[in-house]
Amino acid sequence: MASVFPIVEAPRYDPLAALAIDPAVTIDFLVAFLRDELRVRRNIENAVFGLSGGVDSAVTAYLCARALGPEHVVAIRMPYRLSSASSLSDAQLVIDDLGCRSETIDISAAVDGYLQFAPDASARRKGNVMARTRMLALFDRSEIHRALPIGTGNKTERLMGYFTWHADDSPPLNPIGDLFKTQVWALARALGVPAALVDKAPSADLEANQTDEGDLGITYARADGILHQILLGRRDEAIAARGFTRDEVTLVRRKLDATHWKRHLPTTALVSGTAINEFYLRPVDY
Amino acid sequence: MSPSTRIPRSSPRTSMRVAIVQMQPRKGDIAANLAMLRDAFAAVLALERPPELIVLPEAALTGYFLEGAVYDCSFASDDFAALLATAWRDAGAKESVDIASGFYENADGTFYNASVYATLAPTGTAAIVHVHRKLFLPTYGVFDEDRFLTRGRRVQAFDTAFGRVAMLICEDMWHSLVPTIAALKGARILIVPSASPGRGINGAGELESTTYWRSLLSLAAAEHGVYVLYAGLTGFEGGKGFAGGSRIVDPRGATVAEGAALGPCIVTAEIDLAEIDLARANMPLLGDLVTVLPDLLLDDELPLPVSVRAHG
Repeated sequence: MASVFPIVEAPRYDPLAALAIDPAVTIDFLVAFLRDELRVRRNIENAVFGLSGGVDSAVTAYLCARALGPEHVVAIRMPYRLSSASSLSDAQLVIDDLGCRSETIDISAAVDGYLQFAPDASARRKGNVMARTRMLALFDRSEIHRALPIGTGNKTERLMGYFTWHADDSPPLNPIGDLFKTQVWALARALGVPAALVDKAPSADLEANQTDEGDLGITYARADGILHQILLGRRDEAIAARGFTRDEVTLVRRKLDATHWKRHLPTTALVSGTAINEFYLRPVDY
Repeated sequence: MSPSTRIPRSSPRTSMRVAIVQMQPRKGDIAANLAMLRDAFAAVLALERPPELIVLPEAALTGYFLEGAVYDCSFASDDFAALLATAWRDAGAKESVDIASGFYENADGTFYNASVYATLAPTGTAAIVHVHRKLFLPTYGVFDEDRFLTRGRRVQAFDTAFGRVAMLICEDMWHSLVPTIAALKGARILIVPSASPGRGINGAGELESTTYWRSLLSLAAAEHGVYVLYAGLTGFEGGKGFAGGSRIVDPRGATVAEGAALGPCIVTAEIDLAEIDLARANMPLLGDLVTVLPDLLLDDELPLPVSVRAHG
């Protein structure tokens, strides 16, 4: 005879469900954040950021447009001569859709001007030079436009150390830096970012056929599921027990553990009783 | 050394398998209810990985609203545990299991609404670890417990193979001080046998009483960093429908698994006991309370006996 007791099993752990966001709530919060930081705290009307043609900077653009109005948003496209043409055209889709201001600054001459002194530079070094050149241009354009530079790095790349230090991470504000890549995608869909940007494989576009997931050795969905649990404090075996391989967990944890320094300001030798941010403590918004 | 190896382990086990049996007893029919329990035991024994702890609701083998019949349907705790052990043996168990179950206790002529925690051997013997006697006997509206029963005097935590545990019965849980004291006494798992008449039909998709319980259990779990195992009675007794809703809540307050309001079921999960330390590290409210508690209790505006403060 069948049991009168149906079994209700706990559902299997769903790593993406654990990262699910309410896009509407998130958008309202981030729009309020941008208005407060720019207008209330700094009395700045305009935002400027690099618009790469990827989803992160597109989400930043849509958030800034909602917060400040498109006329106060300056999107800067900064192609290098080897950048893919689709990056430029995808960025244009965002500019056209939002009706925001834009500039295109070709960084090839600046980058190549330096690289003539470093003819043997690896692809990684060249990528860093490009990222730092874009940072240089972005800050200079911010003066011209009386605009605050806005960062566009997501939490996944910050945790994996997949960015150029003092380049992608240099702007004083970042609305999406606490959102994992998969959460940025969810936000992008809710914001109406063109599908061409949301659906394409993310790429730093420093080399032909380069993809983030190829560089990282793991998909963003898998990496996010692991990173989230590492940040909760779970041990490797506990994470593996929730649907990941030990190799995946090890890969992600190694990248995280090797890059803590990238998420900090430079380490300063403390020699006095008034060391800045050690003894002399003032909040960033004081 | 990987950071993951540095996490302290303060419970002897890192995981455990739990099954909550949402009983729908026939009022006063102990034999029929024991047969139902054997059926439930057989069902959990047939699971791929049978539970190590089984939790039953308040008044699980008798029904809740007994009025004067409570005296006919009460047991010495040893006798009640022996009934559970016999059912465990007869269901074909090959291993021991821990169990927590609500029952009406006859303690030499004093009657309590109680819950027993015992280890049942497959040979049909039981070893009682602890008996909790319900502190708060609802005696208002539909309830009349204080007329027939004597209230318990304290909540205690006790050691098990899964770490320190405390039991709270139904209204015990509605006073936030009780789970707080249980947690202060070291409980890492709260077991809550309950018989809660469902009420309130203005809720969103469920009875309002179900929503209230969910909030209550979730907030207590998150406040103290404890797992909560809630076993709800189900079925109708004289028009009053017990709202089941058995559930497992993790130490961050999230529901791990939950049963429906109506009808018997078995809610089961493997729970990660390491989450308790992680939740407490993330939100150390219990540790904060330990620090502040003396000041709160020594407050002479509190309606406490002088002797409490005298010991401070």
